[in-house]
Amino acid sequence: MPAPGPPIGMLAELTHRCPLQCPYCSNPVELMKANREIDTDGWISVFDQAADLGVLQVHLSGGEPTLRRDLDDIISCLSARAVYTNLITAGVNLSEKRIAALVNAGLDHVQLSIQGATADVTELIGKYKNGFASKLETARLVREAGLPLTLNAPIHRHNIHQMRQFVDLALELDADRLEIANVQYYGWAYLNRSTLMPDLADVKEQVEIVETARAELKGILNIDFVTPDYYADYPKPCMGGWAQDAFVIIPDGTVLPCHAAQTISSLEFDNVTDRPLADIWENSSALEAYRGFEWMAEPCRSCPRKELDHGGCRCQAFAVTGDAAQTDPACILSPHHGELRQIAEAAVAQEPGEFNYRRIS
Amino acid sequence: MRERTLITPQSVPSLPSHIRLQFDDLRQKWVVLAPERVLWPDDVSVDILKKCDGAGSTDEIIERLAKDYNADRNVIETDVIEFLQDWSDKRLLEVHS
Ligand code: SF4
Ligand code: SF4
Repeated sequence: MPAPGPPIGMLAELTHRCPLQCPYCSNPVELMKANREIDTDGWISVFDQAADLGVLQVHLSGGEPTLRRDLDDIISCLSARAVYTNLITAGVNLSEKRIAALVNAGLDHVQLSIQGATADVTELIGKYKNGFASKLETARLVREAGLPLTLNAPIHRHNIHQMRQFVDLALELDADRLEIANVQYYGWAYLNRSTLMPDLADVKEQVEIVETARAELKGILNIDFVTPDYYADYPKPCMGGWAQDAFVIIPDGTVLPCHAAQTISSLEFDNVTDRPLADIWENSSALEAYRGFEWMAEPCRSCPRKELDHGGCRCQAFAVTGDAAQTDPACILSPHHGELRQIAEAAVAQEPGEFNYRRIS
Repeated sequence: MRERTLITPQSVPSLPSHIRLQFDDLRQKWVVLAPERVLWPDDVSVDILKKCDGAGSTDEIIERLAKDYNADRNVIETDVIEFLQDWSDKRLLEVHS
């Protein structure tokens, strides 16, 4: 296989710790405790290696990345290397002073998650008292500090009726972008699938509202829409292709091709504390596993769409079919496509049960 | 509420401070870094973007481009305005009038 090109983006999950307990959290079900996190020097070395390797944009995420007290040092190091920094935060623990320090360090952009467009839904999902008010305050402080703001709203059956409210909120908070991201079902979300799954009628209405808002707000608000896989005809091009443009590092320094890749139990991952990042990017068996098109079976192998979607998501293929090399079942050409719809329909036929909130066990 | 900006010959475009046009040494290409996006503008786009300095009006930018490219300004005018409108709609350009 030819050597991969340089990566453009990197998602750094600095910690799994978080004050919130969202039942669809993209962190793994087995959360890492603080004592497994690599230290400041460890991260700084990783980011230096990433910049050398060609990374241009780093998404600082978690858990809640601002729980790391060395966040300013990390941002300073990236900004000195002209790397664009994006802070992905739940925004419940940020003072004006802290935000000023992040700006000083060179932070470029903030992505703030909101669990609902109202206080009750936000608190139902995040399980954090007064979370909504804190988030609004954070948004205000971020804008006041001159930083551009993205609102990120993960969508499921408990807030799918709030589309217009999310849009209005984004405008009110002077956000530059709004991400409407239907929950993807791996990890915690997979555990809570039957409680989170929206129904088809709501999904159709959602698509209409989002499309209308998008047209109406052209040039005023950028709206990104992550459509729901379980009702899709074609899969999404996850990460722009497995280990093509981007990678993920989790709190202990393990390098993944995407944040959910550890759900694929057949893969073995490498760690930056054992091997240089460049070596991992080029040679890690987990990154090589589904890079390019060689691994594909039919129907993907001879499909003209493969350059567009790379066969979809490996994690979803594994979760539903037990084989990560299969076509993503979100694709209408997958023999498992019908199952996805059935799972969704069975889920919405039930009364939503209790959430399995995320927690460190 | 904010309104959509319509580019006119009098508009003075510039890259907002959080949108960065920089040269990538490794790839030997110009790149634009923006919130959650990385764009690779072609040579002509880079020439336009470099002239979006917050000082010159769209009219002046067109004038300078016509000179640089030895082109008829009437021929390039629509294209340049369209480009600026598109970038403004994507919230990648700031405009003062
Ligand atoms: S999804 Fe919720 S619980 Fe998970 S890291 Fe984000 S804010 Fe925290
Ligand atoms: S068959 Fe494979 S490549 Fe073709 S559209 Fe479906 S997932 Fe994409």
